[in-house]
Amino acid sequence: MINDKMTNGAKRMHVVVCIKQVPDAKNVRIDPETCTLVRQGVESIVNPHDWYAVEAALRFRDEYGGKVTALTMGPPQAEEALRETLALGVDEAVLLSDRAFAGADTWATSLTLARAIEKLGPVELVICGKQAIDGDTAQVGPGLAAHLDRPYTTYARRLELLNGGELRAERVTDFGYEIVQMELPAVVTVVREIGDPRMPGLKHKMKAKKKEIPVLGAAELNLHPEEVGLQGSYTQVVKVFSPPPRCDREMINGDAEEQAEKLLRLLQEAKVPGL
Amino acid sequence: MDYFLTEEQQMIKEIAAKIATEKVRPVRAELDESEEFPWDLMKIMAQSDLFGVYLPEEYGGLGGGVLENCLAIEELGRACIGVATTYAASGLGAYPILLHGSEEQKQKYLPVIASGEKLAAFAVTESGAGSDAGGIQTTAKREGDFYLLNGTKQWITNGGEAEIYTVVAITDRAKGARGASAFIVEKGDPGFSFGKKEKKMGICTSATRELLFNDCKIPADRLISREGTGFIVTMKTFDVSRPGIGALAVGLSQGALDISVEYARKRVQFGKPIISFQAVQHMLADMATETEAARALVYAAARYIDSGAKDISKLSAIAKLFPTDVAMRVTTNAVQVLGGYGYMRDYPVEKMMRDAKILQIYEGTNQIQRNIIGQELNKEYGRIKETFF
Repeated sequence: MINDKMTNGAKRMHVVVCIKQVPDAKNVRIDPETCTLVRQGVESIVNPHDWYAVEAALRFRDEYGGKVTALTMGPPQAEEALRETLALGVDEAVLLSDRAFAGADTWATSLTLARAIEKLGPVELVICGKQAIDGDTAQVGPGLAAHLDRPYTTYARRLELLNGGELRAERVTDFGYEIVQMELPAVVTVVREIGDPRMPGLKHKMKAKKKEIPVLGAAELNLHPEEVGLQGSYTQVVKVFSPPPRCDREMINGDAEEQAEKLLRLLQEAKVPGL
Repeated sequence: MDYFLTEEQQMIKEIAAKIATEKVRPVRAELDESEEFPWDLMKIMAQSDLFGVYLPEEYGGLGGGVLENCLAIEELGRACIGVATTYAASGLGAYPILLHGSEEQKQKYLPVIASGEKLAAFAVTESGAGSDAGGIQTTAKREGDFYLLNGTKQWITNGGEAEIYTVVAITDRAKGARGASAFIVEKGDPGFSFGKKEKKMGICTSATRELLFNDCKIPADRLISREGTGFIVTMKTFDVSRPGIGALAVGLSQGALDISVEYARKRVQFGKPIISFQAVQHMLADMATETEAARALVYAAARYIDSGAKDISKLSAIAKLFPTDVAMRVTTNAVQVLGGYGYMRDYPVEKMMRDAKILQIYEGTNQIQRNIIGQELNKEYGRIKETFF
């Protein structure tokens, strides 16, 4: 179970970072029947936003002590993504893999991840990337917090542990940033401003090769088949399509002044009120 | 080409290549222009454990040898040999300690070099002593439990930035070549300071500086091996370090070839990509052939040295001479393939051509390498009694 309030220095932090293996965006295809991504034969990469989550987790551990566990749900080959995080210095990795997990929406995914996190024993902080480049929902992080019944914040660019043991986060908005403070355990999603992901280390990489990665299925997480995967999903993708272009487009070239002049003329020709 | 590298060697290559591509390549032009020392990159390499690839595990290294060192150097050199030289020069400073240092010296200095916490440097050259190391004027005089060093070393790579220096000085002038000794000097030792930083044609991010010894007082236990072994220590160090210069050359050549082929496939003249013209194709073919031959030579020499072989001077000189001459030709032709663009600073090949020149000069000019090869041939064939006629 997730433990309750803790105080800084009194305990070593256990940070869980959730990552996702996604198809390399360079060659994505969609199955017209099921409207889901065709993953067969497509090279997988770690969701680029998740590298910032891994970096945030490692920095938090390096600063406050403790350990980092990487967690992912996916097919058996998602183990490769976990090994890549181990090469960066992540301490442990756990793979959630079960045929029953297939087709999960963000509800079923976050529920499955939440049960796994509870099983990992006291966890003070869960970090996710801001969103995945395949689904782009940005829902799994907040969903996790809901299933864990813990506070959360999104788009954090900085994380700090206060003396009282609370987490203080700087949350990026369109107009600046907000300072958010919450009790641990908590869930955060982070953005790239958190810091450049580190390079893999040779020693870590060599250890990562041999590291045992436990694989947990629905049974180990005490989840019923109807709670996970497609069955446990409340949403279903009905159709995926490229929206048709709404109108003609015209690129305006030239330096800033020329562009502004042309734009003004076009707007005037279009009889935009006030111009 | 598959060179049948081990899994560990493959990992070294991958990590060095990732750093080269993601971290070095984007800043190489800026570093060349600003001539700033690449500390940020050195820290990244340290975190990735690259500084210890060739050092034994008991001193915090990864237990590899010359080949492992060459693989890391080559991949870094593919992006920038100014940065790769900085990395490799730390190894050059560490080798005398690794090869001839006492157990105490190894335990004190090698782990901090392996972790990248401290950089090392090797100092032989002086204004009057380049190819002729016999011209060394810097002296070391024993006084009780200390040595007093006096003199000036010139063009020392990593000078001023490194913390650990292996310095060759004369302990007994009357003994000639047998009167030199090697010492470990630390940044901060009394009487040790740095002179001017040189402005160079290429590898501008690499620090090249004078070392000034003015009654520099160091404990007597900083002597490497025994008095009088300075030249042997130097020669044995160069025997294992020279393939590393070959590796810099292979990386540089490959980097220049990569850009040349990519450019030739895109650049259209007379309605066709210029790679479809035989004149260009043949240039690229020669560049690729020589680069691959140089790589095969460096790896073969490195493996031979790592096997524990003793007769390595000739092969080591060959593994420096050929690849560095290749790098000069390949980078010159890269500029030619890119034409006017190649000559512009906006494109990376003019820097590569400027950088290439030093490879034919440092760690023994290529003329000195030919001397070594020639002398070794003379010795080798002198021992053979049979005739080949």
